Amino acid sequence: MTAQSIPALLAGACTDIRLAGKADAVGGCQPSYHACPASTQEASAVLRVAAELGLAVLPRGAGTRLHWGAPPSRCDLVVDTRRMDAVLEHAAGDLVVRVQAGVSLRKLADVVGAAGQRLALDPPGSGGAGPGGAGPGGAGPGGTGTIGGLIATGVAGPLRLRYGAPRDLLIGITVVRADGAVAHSGGKVVKNVAGYDLGKLFAGSYGTLGLITEAAFRLHPKPQAVAFVTTDCPDVAAAQAVMAAAADSPLAPSAAELDWPRREAPIRAGILLEGDPAGVAERAERLRALLTGAAAGPVATGPVATGTVATGTVPVSAVGAGPVAVSTVAPSWWGRGAAAAADGTVLRLAFWAGELAAVLDAIARAAAGGGLDPAVSGSAAAGVLHVSLPPSTAAAAVAEFLTALRTALTRSPVLAAAGGAAAAGTAAAGRLSTGPPAGASATVLHAPAAVLDAVDVWGPVSALSLMQAVKDRFDPEHRLAPARFVGGI
Amino acid sequence: MIETAATAPPGTSPAATSPAATGPADAGPAGAAAGLAALIPRIAAISGPGSVITDPLQLRTYECDGLTAHRCSPGLVVLPESAQQVAAIVRACAQAKVPFVARGSGTGLSGGALPRGDGVLIVLTRMRNIIAIDPASRRAIVEPGVTNLAVSKAAAPFGLFYAPDPSSQVICSVGGNVAENSGGAHCLKHGFTVHHVTGLEIVTPQGELTWLGDGTGAAPGYDLLGVFTGSEGTLGIVTKIIVKLMRIPESVTTLLAAFTTMGAGGTAVSAIISSGILPAAIEMMDALAIEAAEAAVACRYPEGAAAVLIVELDGPQADVVRETAAVRAICEQAGAYEIRAAHDAAERTAIWTGRKSAFAAVGRISPAYIVQDGVVPRTALPQVLEAITELSAASGVRVANVFHAGDGNLHPLVLFDDAVPGASEAAEKVSGAILDLCIEHGGSITGEHGVGVDKSKYLPRMFSPDDLDTMQLVRCAFDPAGLCNPGKIFPTPRLCGEVPGIRRAPHPLVASGQLEQF
Repeated sequence: MTAQSIPALLAGACTDIRLAGKADAVGGCQPSYHACPASTQEASAVLRVAAELGLAVLPRGAGTRLHWGAPPSRCDLVVDTRRMDAVLEHAAGDLVVRVQAGVSLRKLADVVGAAGQRLALDPPGSGGAGPGGAGPGGAGPGGTGTIGGLIATGVAGPLRLRYGAPRDLLIGITVVRADGAVAHSGGKVVKNVAGYDLGKLFAGSYGTLGLITEAAFRLHPKPQAVAFVTTDCPDVAAAQAVMAAAADSPLAPSAAELDWPRREAPIRAGILLEGDPAGVAERAERLRALLTGAAAGPVATGPVATGTVATGTVPVSAVGAGPVAVSTVAPSWWGRGAAAAADGTVLRLAFWAGELAAVLDAIARAAAGGGLDPAVSGSAAAGVLHVSLPPSTAAAAVAEFLTALRTALTRSPVLAAAGGAAAAGTAAAGRLSTGPPAGASATVLHAPAAVLDAVDVWGPVSALSLMQAVKDRFDPEHRLAPARFVGGI
Repeated sequence: MIETAATAPPGTSPAATSPAATGPADAGPAGAAAGLAALIPRIAAISGPGSVITDPLQLRTYECDGLTAHRCSPGLVVLPESAQQVAAIVRACAQAKVPFVARGSGTGLSGGALPRGDGVLIVLTRMRNIIAIDPASRRAIVEPGVTNLAVSKAAAPFGLFYAPDPSSQVICSVGGNVAENSGGAHCLKHGFTVHHVTGLEIVTPQGELTWLGDGTGAAPGYDLLGVFTGSEGTLGIVTKIIVKLMRIPESVTTLLAAFTTMGAGGTAVSAIISSGILPAAIEMMDALAIEAAEAAVACRYPEGAAAVLIVELDGPQADVVRETAAVRAICEQAGAYEIRAAHDAAERTAIWTGRKSAFAAVGRISPAYIVQDGVVPRTALPQVLEAITELSAASGVRVANVFHAGDGNLHPLVLFDDAVPGASEAAEKVSGAILDLCIEHGGSITGEHGVGVDKSKYLPRMFSPDDLDTMQLVRCAFDPAGLCNPGKIFPTPRLCGEVPGIRRAPHPLVASGQLEQF
């Protein structure tokens, strides 16, 4: 089944190419060749030859999340970006960095960190937040993941609440298309609306549209100080109240996370405040007071300057949260938990943040039905949670759980009411008539092979035919990471 | 864009009619005009006769958007009232192969809503319902004709606001903001429209309703929502928008600092950015812009200022107090000779009045002007400003500078007298040279106004043919027939053709035994 020699055309296109071994297999798919181009130009030559030879191509970086998504249906050539590991430009005064795709998150963090800056992305497992070497590039193992992989999987951690996902900080991208052509969009300025923003399209595209070879990001100043305000919540209602209190407060939290390791454990909540030392300390005390309900009066949330009427926030003590702690050190579970589970099945749930309690309930009910006890963690105030099940869980049980969860995930009542009108009107609208969006989703990030065989990895997707049309234009022969993405793309 | 200070009666300037709207490169499918005539009764049946405009005089009202230099009377105007009507209208256009253009409030500054003489202009101003506010999830669902400011007003009782704030926010529509990925003075800290939109119901160029994104901001699949936002109306028409709402900051302080040189102001900007403080806004005006604002609105900025800097800080109160002190110190160190601070809405308005009136105010000191929208890396600001001064001196064309200094977004106002023969051309030349400067310094030809018809000829200076070709793959996926706002953004539209088929026959190398089949 494996190739015996490297075609001359391919060998001529790349100085670092070898026959692939068993270790290069991805999702049970055994490639024949493994190429390590060192530049966009070399990558272009490789993809041009791959197109000529009709080879199925699988882009990869450090392999941190190579097991994510559905397994590829074909894979002849792995294109590894790790030799493209140069930080091309760090314009510190402009708070911009431009890197090759194979640069690790840790290396990028080290380079920009020396100037007191950071890329405000902290994917699960990359290390905690904090002023000293924390955030991506901290001690966590995830900091070895490449920038290309980070963009391709669209992964984000606790800082999602304030800074968003890779798509929100990406300001320019260079890609190599399936036919080998090189394309840029955006640039290296933070404000730019010239042409279509291909970076958005490639962020979270799982290698199915092209090979990402360079990227430019907007950076932020590293906070001088951080505070983690933590409390335990006895039930889902308390968890929602804590998250809402933090997000609705005027205290500008950078992250608001939950960690619920097992059903019988309390739900741990943590809120990250960042800024200058005095400001952070003061805000942490205000948040502590807010969460314990010890504040003497209602908390003003309107702007002082414009005199907008203040809206009170319900003290969390009213719903029974536990004692509140403030620390400059991240709790042990921060950025880990279910989101960072290395094996077993990990699901990502996205929902409207106001539905948090209902979503936590749905998880608990779906799990109880199958006798499962999943771990749950994530950026609850930003409407993203991860659910993990251990590798020992039977594939059929995972599938049943996922189905029950997807059925139980309720859309925001507000969205349901608004979407209802659209649904009624789309009856005769043709192939895209998918009605209003669900407003919530559960996708499988990674799972054992038996589970992947038993489940719909991506679940229902709106506007799928438009996505397929985009794929058909970018990769008409479907040679790039085939079958890995939504709808078999 | 070219702005004539005294608004000329519509259509009196035949020379200003855009070649892009009527030129042969962009003439649309043959027989479109005939198709249009047949289409009128069908569209009237969809939206009701009261929603269709065919009278040539009334059509003139819609001949341009905020960029008045390009004009073209639309073949037909329709004002639908629902997403279903928009879908039916677009379906009818698609079947008849008649081009169509969407328009919101018509405040765009790059001609993105310039109509087609052989096409239908779909005006969305009657779709102005705020469908829902969900304070618990901090989301609003609105129709495209809702004005930007109306969203913040509706959210205010919940202590929330909608962050993107283009200076036309009183009148510009959220649908138009989505099309242009609008920014505003405060996008330095809070981001652009694309950072605040989490769901869009669109009508595809085939006339089908679908949703991009689901309001969560993390829906599975390609981020078509992100690509659609800022696509200038070329990928479809927005009929519902889900936006994020943010907590109104607890405290806001605005500082006005006056400098005797532009260089000193630029130094202060760099120092603020590198200090680790992220203000909500950093705006700058030069002497000529200040002179114009003074003449128009008597903003009473410090006398003798060669540059003024407006810095706005927002956030938790104690942080704002400390940051204000730090910014004040930075400005003093950079040589500010007067600093004013506004702590309430009235004082803040006084400071912002001069800045916000600057574009219109330039009409007081010049009969006509071109507004540019180039972007440079923030650190290149001093060099680029100096080069603009040199350009101005060498050409004798006056340039007033008003800009979003915090993110390097320049709005040079190139002044000229359109009554003087050759003045317009000279101004155009300077304007183009400024864009070249931006590109040379690693910047962009547009930071927030869009490419539209105005800058499409400059796009190839920024992007290679392969770059543009790749962007048009997206266009072809959404709109293979090229009927949706044709002639915008791209200088040479791609003919989409059919998608090449998947390779079925064995590769020649495989067939010849040189390569193994796996």
